[in-house]
Amino acid sequence: MSLTLEQVQRIAHLARIEVSEAEALTTQSHLNGIFQLIEQMQAVDTRGVEPMAHAQDLSQRLRQDAVTEPDGRAAFQAVAPEVEAGLYLVPKVIE
Amino acid sequence: MTQWEVVIGIETHAQLATVSKIFSGASTAFGAEPNTQACAVDLALPGVLPVLNKKAVECAMRFGLAIGAEVAAKSVFARKNYFYPDLPKGYQISQMDLPVVVGGEIPVMVGQGDKAYEKVVHLTRAHLEEDAGKSLHEDFHGKSGIDLNRAGTPLLEIVTEPDMRSSDEAVAYAKALHALVQWIGICDGNMQEGSFRCDANVSVRPKGQVEFGTRREIKNLNSFRFLKEAIDFEVQWQINEIEEGRKIQQATVLFDPDNGETRVMRTKEDAHDYRYFPDPDLLPLIISADWLARVKGELPELPTQKRERFISELGLSTYDATTLTASQEMADYFESTVTIAGKANAKPCANWVMVDLTARLNKEGKELADSPVSAAQLAGLIQRIADNTISNNIAKKVFEVLWNGEGATADEVIDKQGLKQITDSGAIESLVDEVLAANPGNVAEFKAGKEKAFNALVGQVMKAAKGKANPQQVNDLLRLKLSA
Amino acid sequence: MINASLKTLSLALASKKISSVELTQLFLDRIERLNPTLNAFVTVDAEKSLNFARAADARIAAGNAGLLTGIPIAQKDIFCAEGWLTTCGSKMLANFVSPYDATVIRKMHSEAGMVSLGKTNMDEFAMGSSNETSFFGPVRNPWDTERVPGGSSGGSAAAVAARLAPAATGTDTGGSIRQPAALCNLTGLKPTYGVVSRYGMIAFASSLDQGGPMAASAEDCALLLNTMVGFDERDSTSLERPAEDYTLNLEKPLNGLRIGLPKEFFGEGCDAGVMAAVRAAIAEYEKLGATTVEVSLPNSHLSVPAYYVIAPAEASSNLSRFDGVRYGFRAEDYGNLDDMYMKSRAQGFGAEVKRRIMIGAYVLSHGYYDAYYLQAQRIRRLIANDFVEAFKVCDVIMGPTSPSTAFKLGEKAADPVQMYLSDIYTIAVNLAGLPGMSVPCGFAGGLPVGLQLIGNYFAEAQLLNAAHRYQLATDWHQQRPGGLA
Ligand SMILES: [Mg+2]
Ligand SMILES: [Zn+2]
Repeated sequence: MSLTLEQVQRIAHLARIEVSEAEALTTQSHLNGIFQLIEQMQAVDTRGVEPMAHAQDLSQRLRQDAVTEPDGRAAFQAVAPEVEAGLYLVPKVIE
Repeated sequence: MTQWEVVIGIETHAQLATVSKIFSGASTAFGAEPNTQACAVDLALPGVLPVLNKKAVECAMRFGLAIGAEVAAKSVFARKNYFYPDLPKGYQISQMDLPVVVGGEIPVMVGQGDKAYEKVVHLTRAHLEEDAGKSLHEDFHGKSGIDLNRAGTPLLEIVTEPDMRSSDEAVAYAKALHALVQWIGICDGNMQEGSFRCDANVSVRPKGQVEFGTRREIKNLNSFRFLKEAIDFEVQWQINEIEEGRKIQQATVLFDPDNGETRVMRTKEDAHDYRYFPDPDLLPLIISADWLARVKGELPELPTQKRERFISELGLSTYDATTLTASQEMADYFESTVTIAGKANAKPCANWVMVDLTARLNKEGKELADSPVSAAQLAGLIQRIADNTISNNIAKKVFEVLWNGEGATADEVIDKQGLKQITDSGAIESLVDEVLAANPGNVAEFKAGKEKAFNALVGQVMKAAKGKANPQQVNDLLRLKLSA
Repeated sequence: MINASLKTLSLALASKKISSVELTQLFLDRIERLNPTLNAFVTVDAEKSLNFARAADARIAAGNAGLLTGIPIAQKDIFCAEGWLTTCGSKMLANFVSPYDATVIRKMHSEAGMVSLGKTNMDEFAMGSSNETSFFGPVRNPWDTERVPGGSSGGSAAAVAARLAPAATGTDTGGSIRQPAALCNLTGLKPTYGVVSRYGMIAFASSLDQGGPMAASAEDCALLLNTMVGFDERDSTSLERPAEDYTLNLEKPLNGLRIGLPKEFFGEGCDAGVMAAVRAAIAEYEKLGATTVEVSLPNSHLSVPAYYVIAPAEASSNLSRFDGVRYGFRAEDYGNLDDMYMKSRAQGFGAEVKRRIMIGAYVLSHGYYDAYYLQAQRIRRLIANDFVEAFKVCDVIMGPTSPSTAFKLGEKAADPVQMYLSDIYTIAVNLAGLPGMSVPCGFAGGLPVGLQLIGNYFAEAQLLNAAHRYQLATDWHQQRPGGLA
């Protein structure tokens, strides 16, 4: 398997990372090298093997429904790039 | 002319009745100052982790139990990845392959009176997920403002099979679901505040065709009226398109209530690649049989159970029983009325609640909870009809008095206003004689075969009795005297 | 004092031979002198540290000090610490002052009364095996400043090795505690997944990440582990277990200890010098009463490929929150919203992070999920099952931690695949969720070699016991780099 430049650009957009044409070429060669390594997996017959998503075969622990978090807006927004009237500002969202 | 069949499936997002968020301890209270209810977890600060709210899970379990679905012993939370400023983590925690509720059905009554019919809507699934925040588009120097108070609010997404065949069926389903989620206490049903929002998947196909047509999804309908208007518009639009030789493209559309039209938000081509995968921060959700049994034990009697009981114990028709169990308030009101008035009066109780009371409430735009006439007052009134103290007509007057708060009980009103029915046959006979003597013309007409003249005579007697004479007795006596 | 064990420091503080303020100042001075060479710390805030030290001295004076009260420690910059810059080695977070404490930090500060000396350099978002991917520049190995310290906890490793701190925290997603420990002659432990809370530890790959101690000896690690572990209601993968004192069984003799030697770890691909040191260490264990048995981890060669699907997949999603909206870096010039995302992330992340995000996005994308992500998860199961089989016939598995000693700065930086293979012996442990350690076991070409010990689930105490007995019999762990005055 080998990624085309178009695929590289498509993934970059999925991940919202701007990649210039020059960068795309390097990225393509790096990714293809890595996928060559990854491809080793394809030789293995894993039929009937239960996928393992977590390091533990346990069940999820739950919390009680209680309000435990006070308003921390001032502290949280102190590190924000742009806020106004308690809102985070971003370029206009178009629906 | 092709006959078209409409196919509708509905996805509903019901906000669950918890005090804290689904994965954090921040409050879910409505209407707070922007971002004051968005804690570190809701803001997706680096390093924070989600911890699932047990009550949200129990809400989903209640729902599954209430609709006869399978509550999954094991379900899995997945991440739905996409970038949007109201989605702080860059992914929504939802459920994909293994949802918590699978299957189930909701019986609904469509239409009214004689034209009413029952429809069973099948559910595909219901799954737990978190809500996103809100983008405010009023002008911040050409920018949008993001409020994340709503981010992380627990939702149950309830998905039907494409079972509905008209906007009326869709609305009947949505109303039944709306009543049910409130009935079982998992959602406050507040549509203005966005606690209950519907998306409708709509397609059309020529009658008799097996395959479905291409569907378009109408997003975020937050009133029953918009649901109906949006579907009706969409159906007509799709039929026109096809009849004019164009193909329907799969799309997500928005309904504009101002012009009553739908417009495309995105097409299949720009659909996202959500890259779902099991959330590595959350282990599988395991629901034990014990836990499920405990939650089941805490459920109130469900609408379907109540409906069956109304039919078997009280002898109500399916239509009446379904109508009376359309909401918990209605069912409770009716049951309180029957408890006082007696099971023998179940049918008149049903009629008074479904017809007279409902009409009066509708006229003033009131909810049942705000009814000025209590169940006890209504039951007292029905008892007086049953024991012939008053006629149905007089009862309507008494009801009006009670509605206006001018009497505490039906008995008090009847007493004070002297509305007690005249049942003494001697008294009625003298009234009949007076009327016959005073109206020779009507008597002659009747004798000439005009049945209408009889009704006129009955009216005269009732008028003379100020409405209080027992109508049956008046009828019987008049016929006797006229045939003599 | 600079070279003293935590136990010695604890006794000195308790007997008031030295105050925590004095001790802290000693290390702060050393940091000031040596950090410009090593670049081990990215943030030092003397006033903050001394405040912790004063509070610790007050606790000691009041008689309610714990064993580690007043002892300085270096914190990997992946742990959020309230009021401290917490950068995760990235430009993306270069200006991020955390508004909250990670659970590990909170425990160390509030419960144990330890003194944070500062935040240590690391590979960006813990993605790397050499500390060269840090936005703040590479860390230099105190044993040879032309060489890497390993990664991603390279700053922590270099800091402890050069005695800029008596101990440090690290995190290990694919070997990030053990490999730098091996390359810097330290003892480092990666606990069983779920034993140490991940809350406030900036996520790389959530199902693999685990925090742990890095120190000079197993005994020091045991003391630190005691403060780091414990159930945390803010991490739903954190385990509810009865408290355990990891120092309790350190001295237990090793008679009858069954050491499993995976044949896959003793074949090709490992430097001869490393292999010689590892074999010598195993011989030493036999002298201490242990027996050896050959075991097999037949799928271990698949651990690197499976890891480079699973870890990037999780990372691509975990790092989506860095979007320039609520905190962190936002590009200077951008057009619309999408452009802001694209530019902020392109400029805020370094090359290796971007590579892994893109690998992750790809393996999860439509049409590729089954072939890559699901297949990797199935192989993960096979790898975990291999360990289950192996532990039927042995108590502890041993082998090399890293296939080579510290390599030269820049040597592997241009070839991601070569870099990834540095973790060939450590990654399987993370996939399985097992505890693992690296213990100094000699030198090759003047550079430290690490012996890896892998235990069964929750066998931390047993690993520490095995390491401690070895350290009683050898003095590899007491060797210090020369040339740093
Ligand atoms: Mg949906
Ligand atoms: Zn949804």
